[in-house]
Amino acid sequence: MTGGYGRGPDILHSCTIAVNPGEIAVIVGPNGAGKSTAMKAVFGMLNVRSGSVRLDGEDITTLTPQERVLKGMGFVPQVRNIFPSMTVEENLEMGAFIRTDNFKDTMEQVYSLFPILRDKRYQAAGELSGGQRQQVAVGRALMTQPRVLLLDEPTAGVSPVVMDELFDRIIEVSRTGMPILMVEQNAKQALEIADRAYVLVQGANAHTGTGQEMLNDPVVRRSFLGG
Amino acid sequence: MDFLNALVMLTNFIIIPATTYGAQLALGALGVTLIYSILRFSNFAHGDTMALGTVVTIGITALFQSWGITLGPLPTALLALPFAIIVTSLVMIGTDQVVYKFYRAKKAAPIVFVMASLGVMFMTNGVIRFLAGVKDINFTDGERFLIQARAFKEWSGLDQPLALRTTQALTVVVAVIVVAWLFWFLNRTRTGKSMRAYSDNEDLALLSGINPNRVVMVTWLIVGILTTTAGVLYGLDKSYSPFTYFQLLLPTFAAAIVGGLGSPLGAIAGGFVVAYSEVVVTYVWRAVAGYVLPDSLQPEGLLQLLSTDYKIAVSFTILVIVLLFKPTGIFKGQSV
Amino acid sequence: MSQSNRVIFYFALVAILFLLEGLTNFWIFTGSWDTSVSILNMALVSAVMALGVNLQWGYAGLFNVGIMGFTALGGLAVVITSMQPVGEAWEAGGARVLAGLLIGALTIGLTIMLRTKLPKGNARAVFTIVVLVGGFFIYRSVFDPGVEAIEAVNPSVAGYLGGLGLPVLLSWPVGGLLAAGAAWIIGKTALGLRSDYLAIATLGIAEIIVAVIKNEGWLSRGAKNVNGLPRPVPNPVDLQADPAFIEAAANFGLGPVEASTLYIKLGYALLFTAVLVIVLILAQLARHSPWGRMMRAIRDNETAARAMGKNVTARHLQIFILGSAICGIAGAMMTTLDGQLVPTTYNPLRFTFLIWVMVIVGGSGNNIGSLLGAFLIWWLYVKVEPMGQWLAQISTAGLDPNNWFAVRMTDAAPHMRLFTMGLILLLVLRFNPRGLVPEK
Repeated sequence: MTGGYGRGPDILHSCTIAVNPGEIAVIVGPNGAGKSTAMKAVFGMLNVRSGSVRLDGEDITTLTPQERVLKGMGFVPQVRNIFPSMTVEENLEMGAFIRTDNFKDTMEQVYSLFPILRDKRYQAAGELSGGQRQQVAVGRALMTQPRVLLLDEPTAGVSPVVMDELFDRIIEVSRTGMPILMVEQNAKQALEIADRAYVLVQGANAHTGTGQEMLNDPVVRRSFLGG
Repeated sequence: MDFLNALVMLTNFIIIPATTYGAQLALGALGVTLIYSILRFSNFAHGDTMALGTVVTIGITALFQSWGITLGPLPTALLALPFAIIVTSLVMIGTDQVVYKFYRAKKAAPIVFVMASLGVMFMTNGVIRFLAGVKDINFTDGERFLIQARAFKEWSGLDQPLALRTTQALTVVVAVIVVAWLFWFLNRTRTGKSMRAYSDNEDLALLSGINPNRVVMVTWLIVGILTTTAGVLYGLDKSYSPFTYFQLLLPTFAAAIVGGLGSPLGAIAGGFVVAYSEVVVTYVWRAVAGYVLPDSLQPEGLLQLLSTDYKIAVSFTILVIVLLFKPTGIFKGQSV
Repeated sequence: MSQSNRVIFYFALVAILFLLEGLTNFWIFTGSWDTSVSILNMALVSAVMALGVNLQWGYAGLFNVGIMGFTALGGLAVVITSMQPVGEAWEAGGARVLAGLLIGALTIGLTIMLRTKLPKGNARAVFTIVVLVGGFFIYRSVFDPGVEAIEAVNPSVAGYLGGLGLPVLLSWPVGGLLAAGAAWIIGKTALGLRSDYLAIATLGIAEIIVAVIKNEGWLSRGAKNVNGLPRPVPNPVDLQADPAFIEAAANFGLGPVEASTLYIKLGYALLFTAVLVIVLILAQLARHSPWGRMMRAIRDNETAARAMGKNVTARHLQIFILGSAICGIAGAMMTTLDGQLVPTTYNPLRFTFLIWVMVIVGGSGNNIGSLLGAFLIWWLYVKVEPMGQWLAQISTAGLDPNNWFAVRMTDAAPHMRLFTMGLILLLVLRFNPRGLVPEK
């Protein structure tokens, strides 16, 4: 994919990102490398000028974000990703807004993935802790039963303990067979759980491989992971 | 006995009128708050929309009466209300399509919406004056009193009378029904929840597949119900005149802001706060004092804190106090 | 068309409209120079107001919906500055009223002091309430008898304190000061919050100011109006008695009565033009000063200006007070022109909304545009009614005069103004939001 915002200059340069079922793919890179931009390109919030975005082989490059949700993309924005004055359960219901079938089973699944949400289901989501809110946000996105889940820096601004907990949850989600594409600031931890990792530098793929390969790659270690 | 007399006076002159007025304001403020939380601006055309709904009701009522259709002891206007609501809501949705939609698409600053609403306010004002003139109109019919002053005096043996007008009781009953329905709608239905979601976080609502046009349309529809009902209840209770309705704008805003703009519960609380303050501050307390105070302490003056000419100053003062000390209102509103 | 050509074109258009008014009585024109100059005078006053509003909206993006209140304060200023004091009334209750007002001010001052000095807590809340309630009752017990005594003094012609007996022109700056004071209070409350709140607060204060002028008989005679305000121009009776004037008038082919009213109106027009020119020059200078540039920088990006260490709220307060003061001056000018204070004539359409239409139509941010907007819109405002009647005639021609529609149309001609002005505002806002003469 190559593209940029509006008519601005290209920020992404022939950047390639993919994720397969059951996998966790992680995009890492230094500040300003275009990590979040790459995610936005996948989700259709960016002008992709050449290249394409495909979901299960279907070309969705020209679709709006809303249409991509209908096609089966689940997106969790980095900030403002919940409905704060609504209860946890209502948040999940709103996640399932486009579904016309019965979504009780999906809600059960989400509750079993994130047990804490079941306990707090009648509480306003805005009153929860940072980590719990992120769980609500991921849960909300799962309610559409997406074919792929995009997470934009899910651990931004949470404590290390909560971060570990969140990563555990994400692994569990992935075990249900859900492909997950994630942008992460905390490169080291993210690479540890990644099946596939993309290191972006200046909007282009710099290194690609499994998480473990990246962690072992001396170049990557030196430049991003602090030795 | 004196104490009972004082209590009856309080009920007759404070509690009944203030509760009625409070219910009317609450309905108005709910409309303001809904528009604010969904469309994100303070709608200056609100008072005139209330007037429009009332004028349409007056017209339909007259039509019904000319056909010989009445509601017996209840005001015929009640029968006309649903039709007036439909008309008002259609006008509002039309206005939105012609005026506000454009600015929404452009993501214009809230103040531009406010200014446009000022334009709508004056056009609506012109229309209602065209339709119903500028004079006071009294359009209530049916049984005037539920409790008549004389009957109450004979029954209770007290000096003080107590009267309950049909329209006062009706106001409270109708307001309770409308508010209960509104809360049920917002908290229990899919559409209602999607409105709250849109108000909470517009972008995420869009991502969740909530159709913004539908949310906006339903909002105007509900606002149509609220404003028309509030306007008609106010007009039945007092009377209709374009100027009074224009002046309802300030207490209505004050009520919505006191409660916390964007909070429906706050709008209701705010309505009663403003209404009770207005009535208590402008009431002549001398007679009540005559009953409860010993003779030696009888006051000389009227014991009226503020002349009724300054009614509007009461809502304004409340507004200023809230803005100064707690701009988010009693129930935390959306923003300052 | 380039900007300057456009300005010339529009001003030529305005000039033609005023000339037509004087020259021909075709269609909606009356063919009277007297009316033409009358419309011009009000247009000049409105232009001053529009400059004030443009200062607030065009320079700083502040939405003032209380212009009526500031104008009314200007009107009050004329009464309290220029009318002769009513000695009897001062004797009857002047001292009491002044003392009452002083007690009121002290109460508020004491409350503010308590709130700043005492620590937060129940004690402070109790003290505040005690001081406010106590102060209020003392104030009323001193103030009310004074008011009663004053209003009892010769109620058919006086019944109020009168003014200071100063030259009437002095009342114009006094009007500005009164309006500035009111603006300070409102600005302190509502600025720095959401922009809608200023609108709501100004709407409220305007209603209250007018309510005060309507109801405080001791101050403004309330609904009894104050007539016979002093004029800054010669008296028509004196002119008509002056042989030199009559002769000069005859040279123009005018009778003494006609000539004297025209002469006086032209005198007002000159005075108003002088004020307008001064305000315009000052506004233009301010606009191109560093202060003006900063204001527009704040308007265009408040967050950035704040980040650069500008005290946005304080700057807004400044410009809000300035703009309101100009409206106060214009209000005083208008009341001087009328020669009487009639509190019931203050209505938001004429005194708030219309000015807004002028500013938006003319081009917000552009002083020349506001000026042009004032002339055009005021002319239209005056002429909408005859146009409405004309429309009513045409649309109901052939209808039975008792037909519902015919009755409504004929009755409704005066309300056409509301509708038309609302429509114009919406149309301009939508299709030409930058106005006839856009800001450069």
